[in-house]
Amino acid sequence: MAENREFFYRRLHSLLGVVPIGLFLINHLVVNHFAVYGEESFNKAASFMHNLPFVLALEIFVIYLPLLFHAILGVYIVFTAKNNVKRYNFVRNWLFFLQRFTGIVTLVFIAWHVFETRVQVALGADLDYGLMEGILTSPVMFWFYVIGVLSAVFHFANGLWGFLVSWGFAQSPRSQKIVTYATLLIFLVVSYIGIRTLIAFAYGV
Amino acid sequence: MAEQKTVTFIITRQDSPDSTPYDETFNVPYRKNMNVISGLMEIRKNPVNAKGEKSTPVAWDMNCLEEVCGACSMVINGVPRQSCAALVDELEQPIRLEPMSTFPVVRDLVIDRERMFDALKQVKAWIPIDGSYDLGPGPRMPEKKRQWAYELSKCMTCGVCLEACPNVNDKSNFIGPAPISQARLFNAHPTGEMNASERLEGLMEEGGLVGCGNAQNCVQVCPKGIPLTTSIAAMNRAATIQSFKNFFGSDNAH
Repeated sequence: MAENREFFYRRLHSLLGVVPIGLFLINHLVVNHFAVYGEESFNKAASFMHNLPFVLALEIFVIYLPLLFHAILGVYIVFTAKNNVKRYNFVRNWLFFLQRFTGIVTLVFIAWHVFETRVQVALGADLDYGLMEGILTSPVMFWFYVIGVLSAVFHFANGLWGFLVSWGFAQSPRSQKIVTYATLLIFLVVSYIGIRTLIAFAYGV
Repeated sequence: MAEQKTVTFIITRQDSPDSTPYDETFNVPYRKNMNVISGLMEIRKNPVNAKGEKSTPVAWDMNCLEEVCGACSMVINGVPRQSCAALVDELEQPIRLEPMSTFPVVRDLVIDRERMFDALKQVKAWIPIDGSYDLGPGPRMPEKKRQWAYELSKCMTCGVCLEACPNVNDKSNFIGPAPISQARLFNAHPTGEMNASERLEGLMEEGGLVGCGNAQNCVQVCPKGIPLTTSIAAMNRAATIQSFKNFFGSDNAH
């Protein structure tokens, strides 16, 4: 393996984006959706997640380390591409560009989001509905979160397509096309779940 | 007398590998059924640019003149393609000619495609049949498979797929789509199959398969219609299996 380090790292990068990061993303957005059913049900769910056994170890090994690896190698990948969507105006080429673009947007968003929530909770803030309500009632932050959620979900859905192709599951043009539609559906559904939650926090509906 | 129709070429020229490129415009007399190469030949006959100044003949590469050798690839009106198959009647004027930017320029439109041949060496894109004695006839190939493999064998190392690929550039060491598809071709051959793992190892080396980001421009621009992205995905699967064999397998027999 040592001699194929680049191969190993890139395949690991692709895998980590789906498991665990992609699974965490879905879990995160689904659990947050409790906000739509009211303050109390969100607080119950959030405190359940926050009080999971070994929560810090789970966070480190399921979220922080994989995310850090994915982000650092990802930024390197972004800078090794020379985007040419103007000259080669094809759908896949656009998705290739957007995958890199949303990767960077998501990285900025997550850094801010982690600082504003997890770090503040660690410093003593209460993890409850009020924390998110306080952030999202500001229109600027609401739109920042909308952009952040959309780009994270796009990056996940299109990355899932990339994962299936780069591991060799989807080979034929037909299968790749069907996977494109399937991941588009995932993008729409997961985006709805995320945005709906943001609206609940921001406008209380 | 009817006015002589002309064709205008705007050519990105470069006098030597390290000198600065510049544009030069030429008007050449139109003839019926011209291709870009016949236009370049006119310039060579009479190297006077549009301003009426005496210039030097434009250098370009060519060989077969029937779109099977790949030597005359250049960027024509923004599209990388073979200049022998680019008909003047089908092109918008003025016709812009540029060397393919992915490769080092030797002079004017002549580029050095050596990196592609190095990549073919990396993935061992050949079938070793030399021995110190007669190895006898190899296994036969089913006709259906031969017809399928023929499509992959049309690759002429022209470099158009590398030119269109956003991941083939001076910041990355990605070998590009063409050699990956060639590894698939030789791995599909009944005799070539005997060395399949060696080619997969080549694909797993630096600059290999994982350099692909699936922008899939290659399959759109390939002049031979080779299913490059299918080849890449197929090699992705084969390399996945090979890497598992390498790591979890009991020995290195495969």
